[in-house]
Amino acid sequence: MGQIFKKPRMRLMGDSGLLFEYGDVIDLEVNQKVKLVTKALNQEMPLGVSEVMPTYRSILMIYDPIQTNPDVLARHLDNLKNQLEGLKLPPSKTVDIPVCYGEKHGPELPFVAEHTGLSEKEIIKIHSGSEYQIFMIGFTPGFPFLGGMDDRLTTPRLKTPRTLVPAGSVGIANNQTGIYPVDSPGGWQLIGRTPLRLFSPEKKNPFLYAAGDKIRFKPVDQAEFDRLNQIK
Amino acid sequence: MKAFKVIDPGAQTTVQDPGRSRYLQFGIPVCGTLDKFSAEIANYLVGNNKQAAVLEMTFMGPKLEVFSQMEVAVTGAEMPIKVNGNEMPAWQTLTLSPGDILQILPVKTGFRGYLAITGGFDVPKIMGSRSTYVGGNFGGLEGRPLKSGDILGRLESSFLGQIRQLPVEDQPTFLTSVPLRAVPGPQDDFFDQGLDVLFNSPFTVSNKADRMGCRLEGSAVELKPDVPQSIISEPILPGAIQVPPDFQPIIVLVEMTVGGYAKPATVIGPDLSLVAQIKSGDTVNFQKISLTEAHRICKDTKDKMARIKSQLTV
Repeated sequence: MGQIFKKPRMRLMGDSGLLFEYGDVIDLEVNQKVKLVTKALNQEMPLGVSEVMPTYRSILMIYDPIQTNPDVLARHLDNLKNQLEGLKLPPSKTVDIPVCYGEKHGPELPFVAEHTGLSEKEIIKIHSGSEYQIFMIGFTPGFPFLGGMDDRLTTPRLKTPRTLVPAGSVGIANNQTGIYPVDSPGGWQLIGRTPLRLFSPEKKNPFLYAAGDKIRFKPVDQAEFDRLNQIK
Repeated sequence: MKAFKVIDPGAQTTVQDPGRSRYLQFGIPVCGTLDKFSAEIANYLVGNNKQAAVLEMTFMGPKLEVFSQMEVAVTGAEMPIKVNGNEMPAWQTLTLSPGDILQILPVKTGFRGYLAITGGFDVPKIMGSRSTYVGGNFGGLEGRPLKSGDILGRLESSFLGQIRQLPVEDQPTFLTSVPLRAVPGPQDDFFDQGLDVLFNSPFTVSNKADRMGCRLEGSAVELKPDVPQSIISEPILPGAIQVPPDFQPIIVLVEMTVGGYAKPATVIGPDLSLVAQIKSGDTVNFQKISLTEAHRICKDTKDKMARIKSQLTV
């Protein structure tokens, strides 16, 4: 079983990366600690640190070894403890993602039904009935790693990944669900697709959501999919 | 202002600058030039600062028609350079005139060449950088490698009006057997024998090498029997050596932000310029060094670049 660490564990990633781990488990409490510390670091970046990146249970610090070193940065993190008390995470926003399930948009919906023993209708109801926490973003621009999928939907990955998954596809891999924001290769079982553009690099704010926000899937029919697709 | 018309794009030619920062948490990788040393020198040879966008030319360079007078410089891999069919030297300022045909031929040694131009290539800055992110379909020229018929622009800047040349003793040579220095971690504790294998046996560069990563083949870098085959997905940086379930290591490059495989060691930043120049069939040997040693090399590398820059730009 995984655990939550009292003191972060530091790992070296080459000459300019430091990883601080707050647990060895995917857990909301650990993830919120990671986000809180990231917020504190972003408010006042330690000298020589150019970027911090939060993930499930770790924070990466990218530093300039000419200006600072791991000892100094570990101490900085330790001293941050008192500041964290007064710090709050911003209220998370919930983003609705319209999804057209099944048929050409979700070619594996029948397979997921067969594997789980549920009807396609039940799968859609269960999948769109939960709120999903965005633990982290990675893999491709805006790809959300979500927590909170109903265990009944658990389905293994495709045996052979697709070389091209169209942007907007919604899939399941084991006990996780996610959305592909850009065309990319991928091995998740596709059950539907959103017409929303999740990543717009040319915009001032290119993303619809950030780590810490929540996602809700809203079933839409083909007509609504087409209508929304036109607007974008 | 218009600079080039692309007659032939070469094997994979992209617009790159030093890269993107501050968007890792949204899944945007750093991208940017892989051989930082060569790209930076190319810019200094035409009077640019190191932020200017250059062309990164993989294996075989492009054939370009010149629209307007400009200064250029080609550095990096040894790729013969022809202007109107006449061979020209690398690692120095070249002056081109309208109508000239510039052609960069396939590599003799190394893998990636760099072409800098007066003012730098003029493509939109997206999320703070002009670098092409091939996997994300944005940045550079329409988010993709060059193709025939493309028109490349350059930013306005004054000409040097003189020839700068990098002394031969400062020019890198590209070997087919390359030592790469690496610091153990982040997950060196996931390996015991595997670490010995990594640091004591040669690995061959496979043909699966792109800007995401460089896949190697060799003895199995096995994990300890009692650790999980994958880890909770975590941040990843260029140089990290990740070991997937087939135990064949991959050196992560610039188009990745997270990974779920254990990493026994990480190639140091200054040696990533060498990784940029290895190609299928070459061999690498990982050399274990301490973090203190790595930091000393970082400082030496920075000092060396400062010296070269000041000598070039007097």
